[in-house]
Amino acid sequence: MIDVLKYPFDIKMLLRKKKVLKRELFEKSGLTPKKIAVLGGSTTQDVIEVMELFLLDNGIKPEFYESEYARYWEDATFGNPELDAFAPDVVFIHTSSRNILTWPIIAQGTREIDALVDSTAAKFETAWDKLAAHFNCPIIQNNFDYLPYRLLGNLEAADPHGRTNFLSRLNMRFAAYAQSHEGFFINDINWQSADFGLVRWHDEAYWCMYKYAMSKEAIPVVAFNVANIVKSLFGKNKKAVALDLDNTLWGGVVGDDGPEKLELGTETAVGQCYVEFQKYLKGLQAQGVLLNIISKNEEAAARGGLSHPQMVLKEGDFISIKANWEAKSQNLINMANELTLLPEAFVFVDDNPAEREIVKQQVPGCVVPDVGQVESYRSVVDHGGYFEPTNFSKDDLKRNAMYKENAARAQLQVSFADYAEYLKSLDMRAVIKSFEPMYTSRIAQLTNKSNQFNLTTRRYTQEEIERTAADNRFITRYGQLADKFGDNGVVAISIGELKGEACELILWLMSCRVLKRDMEFAMMDEIVSAAIAKGAKKIRGFYYPTAKNAMAKNFYEIQGFTRISEDESGNAVWELDVSGGYANKNKYIEVGK
Amino acid sequence: MNREKVYSRLKDVFSDVFDGEVELKDATTASDVEGWDSLSHITIIGAIEDEFDIKFPMKDVVHMKNVGDLVSKIIELS
Repeated sequence: MIDVLKYPFDIKMLLRKKKVLKRELFEKSGLTPKKIAVLGGSTTQDVIEVMELFLLDNGIKPEFYESEYARYWEDATFGNPELDAFAPDVVFIHTSSRNILTWPIIAQGTREIDALVDSTAAKFETAWDKLAAHFNCPIIQNNFDYLPYRLLGNLEAADPHGRTNFLSRLNMRFAAYAQSHEGFFINDINWQSADFGLVRWHDEAYWCMYKYAMSKEAIPVVAFNVANIVKSLFGKNKKAVALDLDNTLWGGVVGDDGPEKLELGTETAVGQCYVEFQKYLKGLQAQGVLLNIISKNEEAAARGGLSHPQMVLKEGDFISIKANWEAKSQNLINMANELTLLPEAFVFVDDNPAEREIVKQQVPGCVVPDVGQVESYRSVVDHGGYFEPTNFSKDDLKRNAMYKENAARAQLQVSFADYAEYLKSLDMRAVIKSFEPMYTSRIAQLTNKSNQFNLTTRRYTQEEIERTAADNRFITRYGQLADKFGDNGVVAISIGELKGEACELILWLMSCRVLKRDMEFAMMDEIVSAAIAKGAKKIRGFYYPTAKNAMAKNFYEIQGFTRISEDESGNAVWELDVSGGYANKNKYIEVGK
Repeated sequence: MNREKVYSRLKDVFSDVFDGEVELKDATTASDVEGWDSLSHITIIGAIEDEFDIKFPMKDVVHMKNVGDLVSKIIELS
């Protein structure tokens, strides 16, 4: 049933069964609560109801504030006590070209029209500035969809009197604001409406009767896109693709036909389609999405296919290649383990419905789109919004290299009998410092997407990170780890809150890609010495169990803490007495400050 | 299509939208059905249009008084 929420979603069923779906989705556990204020320029009820379904499907349990009908500007600019009390985590402004009240008129000169562009944009900019100053949270703003009519026909596009031209200019102004303001995101309904088809997008009857800015069929498209931005902001993006080979990356079966008979390359129509799909995947890879292969093939045959001269993707573009006869679901779980990712971080792409079904059933949380035929692969993967980028951190762009380096480390480890010798051989160097502006986006991102080695699973927005860093009641540390294979980037975050003679570790997390490298000891050494310097006599740690962080359960025990209490659901408080000093525990990492 | 058939499909639509059984007869109006407010009305009309593959002209949506009217209109349009 919940399949209707996966692209290509069944719009009719989705709208009709909203209530049934909501009830089913509420049964999921481990949902992250988030407060979303929706400020509308039109009716927002349906947008909210459908967005709720998509967010629930992505593991976010939203609570909504809904502005009075078309009061978006007043709510944003002047605020209101109800919105203040709500204290949103995200603000979404649902406006459209229906909210443009003054258009250029044919008698106006270009300077008057320039002024109109300025004043229209300024009205919105004022609202965003106010919201940002007041709530300090991400803002998502629709840009403008084109109109369903053209007074000037094709001249609309080029002539400044044209409404198409006017809306395009406003959209550029919105984009410029987004470029110069962190935490401000455009929901691109201009593209969405073009993709959907303007004829179907606009519905005059629904506007006149119910004040729907777009047709009821288009509402899931808008809601889906906003939900994708929200889930990206809160670290719920997918990270990797697991790709089949035969009839997924090329046409034909390499084991039967041999590499020379494969359909791949621009000579044939079908071969061209595979090339286009590979180019798209290559683009995803450049943005930090990890590409992997799971194929039922002899390994030699798979490699034969991968070395086909028309392959856009080369063997070296894949982090992990599993070519064997095991169940694909098992391969995917093994792959996730090796890459220290959760299976639900994967999108599984396979032309074979039977393979898709087994992965869907055996690997809960992994997205398995029905990609159809080769000519629709790219469109389905793209529209799924699995990797929706919002804040690019440098680490995203380097992620592929980092995972490759990890694979090299795993090789090296096999050659050492003694783990300590292995750690020494890595020549590890860490930088551990208080939070710095340069890293706040990466730090916020990590607090939202680290689930496994995360003791308190506390999520922060970038704005909250900045506030915490500036407040001297907190000791903040980020850790960056490099070794002879490369730089892992920022991989560990901790925040200590000083409370009298105690320093409470309210946030403690580490990326799984540096697990068992002693980085946690290096971090503890740094934060404890900073706490002692500020007069702390005790370090207090917390472990709050979630569905995903069992691996961190004994963390404080390993660190030499004593358990003070534990409730029936496993929430534990640990303490370390440092009144008599503290001996550093890290032995293998050289720490610079 | 006869009225009986329309009623049976209509009941399916209503039970999906309201997530529970709903009793419908010619004289039923929105105020007789729990949860049938102006917002769920939009969902209901949309779901009926999808179910019967029809599009109600705006003036009809505005002027329909009860389920009986609705059924007649569906028969007329389909």
